[in-house]
Amino acid sequence: MKCGHVCDSRYLPDLQYRSKCNGRGVRGITNKPFLKDIPKFVKMVEVGPRDGLQNEKNIVPTSVKVELIRRLVSSGLTVVEATSFVSPKWVPQLADAKDVMKAVHNMEDARLPVLTPNLKGFEAAVAAGAKEVAVFASASDSFSKSNINCSIEESLVRYRAVCAAAKELSVPVRGYVSCAVGCPVEGAIPPSKVAYVAKELYNMGCFEISLADTIGVGTPGNTLQSTLSLLRNKVCGLSGAKKKKVCGLSRKQSLLAFVLRFCFLLMGISTVDSSVAGLGGCPYAKGASGNVATEDVVYMLNGLGVKTNVDLAKLKLAGDFISDHLGRQSGSKTAIALGRVTADASKI
Amino acid sequence: MIAARRVDKISRMKGTPALKVVTTVIGGGASPSSSSLKALNKESLLWREFLYPKNWLLGNNNRDPGYSSTYHYSSICNHRPTNKVLRNLPGYVKIVEVGPRDGLQNEKEIVPTTVKVQLIKMLVSSGLTVVEATSFVSPKWVPQLADAKDVMDAIRNIQGARFPVLTPNLKGFEAAVAVGAKEVAIFASASETFSKSNINCSIEDSLARYRDVASAARELSLPVRGYISCVVGCPVEGMVPPSKVAYVAKQLFDMGCSEISLGDTIGVGTPGTVIPMLENVIHVVPIDKLAVHFHDTYGQALSNILISLQMGISTVDSSVSGLGGCPYAKGASGNVATEDVVYMLNGLGVETRVDLEKLMLAGDFICKHLGRASSSKTAVALSSKKANSKL
Repeated sequence: MKCGHVCDSRYLPDLQYRSKCNGRGVRGITNKPFLKDIPKFVKMVEVGPRDGLQNEKNIVPTSVKVELIRRLVSSGLTVVEATSFVSPKWVPQLADAKDVMKAVHNMEDARLPVLTPNLKGFEAAVAAGAKEVAVFASASDSFSKSNINCSIEESLVRYRAVCAAAKELSVPVRGYVSCAVGCPVEGAIPPSKVAYVAKELYNMGCFEISLADTIGVGTPGNTLQSTLSLLRNKVCGLSGAKKKKVCGLSRKQSLLAFVLRFCFLLMGISTVDSSVAGLGGCPYAKGASGNVATEDVVYMLNGLGVKTNVDLAKLKLAGDFISDHLGRQSGSKTAIALGRVTADASKI
Repeated sequence: MIAARRVDKISRMKGTPALKVVTTVIGGGASPSSSSLKALNKESLLWREFLYPKNWLLGNNNRDPGYSSTYHYSSICNHRPTNKVLRNLPGYVKIVEVGPRDGLQNEKEIVPTTVKVQLIKMLVSSGLTVVEATSFVSPKWVPQLADAKDVMDAIRNIQGARFPVLTPNLKGFEAAVAVGAKEVAIFASASETFSKSNINCSIEDSLARYRDVASAARELSLPVRGYISCVVGCPVEGMVPPSKVAYVAKQLFDMGCSEISLGDTIGVGTPGTVIPMLENVIHVVPIDKLAVHFHDTYGQALSNILISLQMGISTVDSSVSGLGGCPYAKGASGNVATEDVVYMLNGLGVETRVDLEKLMLAGDFICKHLGRASSSKTAVALSSKKANSKL
C-alpha cells in the first residue's frame, strides 16, 4: 500500500499543521511546569551561508551563495548570516564577500549580518552595503590565539573599535562567544570566563550575544546552565541568544546540540542559531562536522506549536539546493526523511 | 538530588569537605546570597576534576584523560540539576536494547547466527540487562530472523540479562518457549491501517490473538512485553489520536503485559505531540509500566526521550549503532542509537549502568560486519577522537 510523497498534504504537513492549528499550540502542553517558559515565537538565525560554507574545501561560486541566501530568505528566515569580511588568506571560501554583499544587500524582509574581525573588515563590509555586523570573541585564550591570532583581551580591543564605528553609523553588532563550554586545548571553560566575555561584548554595544559551544561538549546537565545563569545574573537585558556551533567530536554533538536547543527553549530562550542542511564545521578540529540543521529545529518547533514563520518545505528546498551543489547528502534528518518517505507497507 | 549525592560521595572518597551545592535557579526564585563564592566553588570543582581525571568514580571507564569524559564527569557532578527543566528526571533509566531484533530484521544480507550471538553477548557485557534477541514470526515475512531457534539455543544460558523475543501468535509463542525463551513480546498498532498492512489483521483481531499469547504466558509465568506502533503518526492515516493509543495500551495492560513500549514508528513525534500522547496513556496505564521507543527519522528522538523522562518515563528502547532504518523512508534514520542515549543520560547524571566504551565495541563489531559506518554520532565521534589524539 503506497502513499503519496510526503509533500502530499495528507501526510506530514498535516501532522505539523494539526499540531500547530488544533487550538493547542504551545498552550496545550504548557500545563507541565517544565514547559511553562517555552516562548511562543522563536527567531531563527540562519548561519549556513557563512558558518556553514566557510570550511568547504571547494570554492562555492558566488552565484550559488547568493541563490542560497535568496532561497533561505524566501523560506521566511529573517536573519541570515551572509558572509564574512575576514582576510581571504584565512578563509578563502569567503573571499567573494564583497560580491555576495553587493548581490544581496538590498534584499527585503531580512537582515544579513556579516562577520567583521576588525575595523578594516568593518569598513569593507559597510562599503559593500552591510547593514549589520558580527564580532567573534572566545572564552578561551588558547582558542582565541589559534583561531584569530590574538588573545581575548586583544580581540576585545579590536571589537570595541568596530562597535564604536558601528555605533556612529547605527549599525547593529551581534557578538559571538566561542568555546562557551569547552575548548579543544584548555578543556572545561569556567562559566565566569564566558560571562566576562559576554559582558564585555554587551558593554561595548552588542545587541545580542550568541554563545557557541564550539566543540559541542555541552550536555543539558553541565555547565551550560550555570553559564546562562551567571550571564543572566551579571548581564542585564541579555537577549539570551544561544548558538550551538559544533566541531571536534561533532557528529554526536549535533544530536545533543539539538536537545540543548530544546532545553534552552524550555528555559525561555527565544533565539536559536542553526545551519541549513546542517552545513558547517570547524577548521581547528579534525573530523569536525555538524552544525544543528535548521530543518530539524523548525520541525521540532512546529511540533511544539512555537511560531517561527519559516516554511519548512521551502527551507528544505534551499537545503536541497546547496546539498546538490556540494554533491552530498543533507546533514538534516528531517530533510532526508521528507525527501524519501514512501509509506511502503513493508514489515516493521 | 542525584548529582548532589555524588558530589558528597566524591568528596568523602577524596577526603575533602563536601562542597556546597549551589541551587542555581534560572529566571526567578531565590538567588544564592553569596553567589560569587558559590560560583567559585562550582568552578573549583570543575577545574579540580579536569586536572585530576583519575578521580573518575562514577563508572565511566574511559581512561583517556581527554576532555570529553571529563565533561561527562563534570556534567554528572558539578551541581545538581535544580533547573526546573531537569529537576524531575529519574535517577535510573533502564535501556531496552532492540538492536539484534528490531535493528537487524530489515537487513538485506542475512547476518550469520554466530554474528548475532556474538553481538548479543557483547551487548550484555556492556551492562545492558534487557536485549531483544530475536523474533518468532514466520521466516517468510522476516527471513533475517529465520534462525531464531538457533540464536535462542546459543544464548539461553547467558546470565545477567533478559532476552525477550517477539511472538506474533500462539504458534510463535510455543516455538519460543520450546527453545527456552523466558520472556516474550507482542506487537499491536494504534493505527488500523498500519495493523492491517504490517501484520495482516485489524487491531481488534491482533488483540484477540495476543490475549491467547498472554494467557498462555501467564500459565507459564512468563512476562509479556507489549509494543504499540504508530503512537504519534501513521504513514497512511496521518495523525493518530492519543485516545486510540491509550485504548490499545489499556487492552495490552489488561491482558497482562508487564511493560508497554510506545513506538513512534515513523519518527514524526516532537515534544508537542509526544506529551499529549503520553498524558493519555499515563491516565490508563501505570507509568512505571511504560517505555518509549522513538525513531530518529526527523532527528527528534533525543528531545522526545528527554521530554518523556521529564514526564516520568524511565525505560527507553534503543538500538546499538542506530541499527534499523525506517522502512517507510528509504535511507532515512530509524531507531535511535543506544550510544547516543547513554551519552545523553550520562551527561544528565542519570544512571544507566551501561559501559559506553564496551557498548561502542559491540556497535563497532556489528557495523564492521555490515560493512558500514555506525549511525551513532557518539560512536563516530568518540572513535575519531581516539584516532585523532591531537585536537
